[in-house]
Amino acid sequence: MSKRIDINNLNVYYSSFLAVEDVSLSIEPNSVTAFIGPSGCGKSTFLRTLNRMHEVIPGARTEGEVLMDGVDLYGDDVDPVTVRRHVGMVFQRPNPFPTMSISENVLAGMKLNNKRMSRSDADEVVETSLKGANLWEEVKDRLDKPGSSLSGGQQQRLCIARAIAIKPDVLLMDEPCSALDPISTLAIEDLIADLKNDYTIVIVTHNMQQAARVSDRTAFFNIAGTGKPGKLIEMNDTPTMFSTPSEKATEDYISGRFG
Amino acid sequence: MTTTQEPPATDADVQEYSTHPGAFANRAFGGLSAGAASLILVTLAAVATFLLIEAWPAMTSSSADLSDQVHWLGTESGETLIATIGYLVYGTILISAIALLIATPLSFGIALFISHYAPRRLAQGLGYLIDLLAAIPSVVYGLWGALVVIPVLQPFYQFLSESLGWIPIFAAADDGTVSGTGRVAMSAGLVLAIMIIPIITAVTREVFLQTPVLHEEAALAMGATRWEMVRMAVIPFGKPGMIGATMLGLGRALGETMAVYMILSPGLSFSPHILQAAQHNTIASYIALQFPEANAAGVSALITMGLALFVITLLVNMLARWVVSRRSEFSGAN
Repeated sequence: MSKRIDINNLNVYYSSFLAVEDVSLSIEPNSVTAFIGPSGCGKSTFLRTLNRMHEVIPGARTEGEVLMDGVDLYGDDVDPVTVRRHVGMVFQRPNPFPTMSISENVLAGMKLNNKRMSRSDADEVVETSLKGANLWEEVKDRLDKPGSSLSGGQQQRLCIARAIAIKPDVLLMDEPCSALDPISTLAIEDLIADLKNDYTIVIVTHNMQQAARVSDRTAFFNIAGTGKPGKLIEMNDTPTMFSTPSEKATEDYISGRFG
Repeated sequence: MTTTQEPPATDADVQEYSTHPGAFANRAFGGLSAGAASLILVTLAAVATFLLIEAWPAMTSSSADLSDQVHWLGTESGETLIATIGYLVYGTILISAIALLIATPLSFGIALFISHYAPRRLAQGLGYLIDLLAAIPSVVYGLWGALVVIPVLQPFYQFLSESLGWIPIFAAADDGTVSGTGRVAMSAGLVLAIMIIPIITAVTREVFLQTPVLHEEAALAMGATRWEMVRMAVIPFGKPGMIGATMLGLGRALGETMAVYMILSPGLSFSPHILQAAQHNTIASYIALQFPEANAAGVSALITMGLALFVITLLVNMLARWVVSRRSEFSGAN
């Protein structure tokens, strides 16, 4: 089930340091939303507030609302653990569990949600998830081999398979291709286009061509200087952002005239 | 296309490519560290040779000869050397096993608390205290165990044997009571456990802290609770280190002399009753007990026991290596 996310006036702090200031935007279901911007502009921090992963860092906190189909993810009764079961995440560097086999990696999240599972159900989840991540054909004969035996691009697709195995509503991707070669990157980009049919996808990328290729809407974040908070400069349909942005800063950034 | 003729290289030109200022230091350091490493092999070989040569007379003489010359093998116990070693090996392993059974779960718990649960301030303080605990000499542990711990535990032993006495290890003596002094294998195991907790904790804490953040975040991002994250990422990653730490602790427990010597009321038997006195002894403590008054044959017999301890330690380490290497493909090292 794909869901929409509405963020209202969100501030993110690391202790007393304001990292992201006053962001309001909406993320549509069944679409790909890209966050672009220079390093340190807070786009990854902001992405992590969408599944409360920023709370892993001591002292991190937020003000404002993140509404997923109207439910505030920061409401009093909301448990971050439950939030993360609905909002999956793929990281910058592929991180399959090295102590688990390929199929165990895919099932890792299922084991948390649903302790008992018949063998045939498990096999089915492994197959559908790996097919969903376009990896099945490459690994079907060695499912019991360690996940770390795969190439970087395959490992990243394994991580996507692991994330979609628990059927999240939203999939967050934090620079998923930055550690991959161009061919693996292309494989992941094709996959993102497919995944859009089932999930809401939010992707942070440093690669503007990638944002232009895969996303429906693009948000540009910027930072005024070191120690200043990151801000949302503008957000629009991707073709508009890359052809006729309304802000000078956006135009400078995407045309390479930044800084 | 024209080719230009290179002028032939002079010696000075060659010199420029053949030496650099760091070359000597690099070779010297390489040699030093190789020398340090080979020292380990030399020491190990020297110890093994010493044990074999010194134990040879006792191992080759007949048991009748030996009991004539060594009073604690003949008139006192009526046991042969082999039988005595058997009892002592059993006692050593039994008491070390008690220590490990108590120490490992506690140590892993403390290490996890320090590495993944405690607030940073508390974690630092606790880590420091654990390291201090490791610095206490074993004779102090022995005194503390004998004078403070055992009297406190004795009533508990009585209770344990009354409620769980049908299990052989907790059984009381025939008169229905356990040792009145509490100087039993259980006490020795407990004090040893307290002695090895610091080393096991310190090593596993370091291992747990090495867990890649990537793997921890992978687990958390799937909706794992902190405990599920620990089970999914931290423990599997740290397993070789946990086994290594346990072996370090076991090594210390196997060889510990003073604390056992001061706590345990010694005996020689294959008794399973860990709450009864005068049933067990360990190799190290037995050697310490007999060595001051041993004659030449006695020393040789004691060294044979030392050889047995050496072999046990070697076997334990090999077993640990084998356990760690069995799943090395999945270790995360690749």
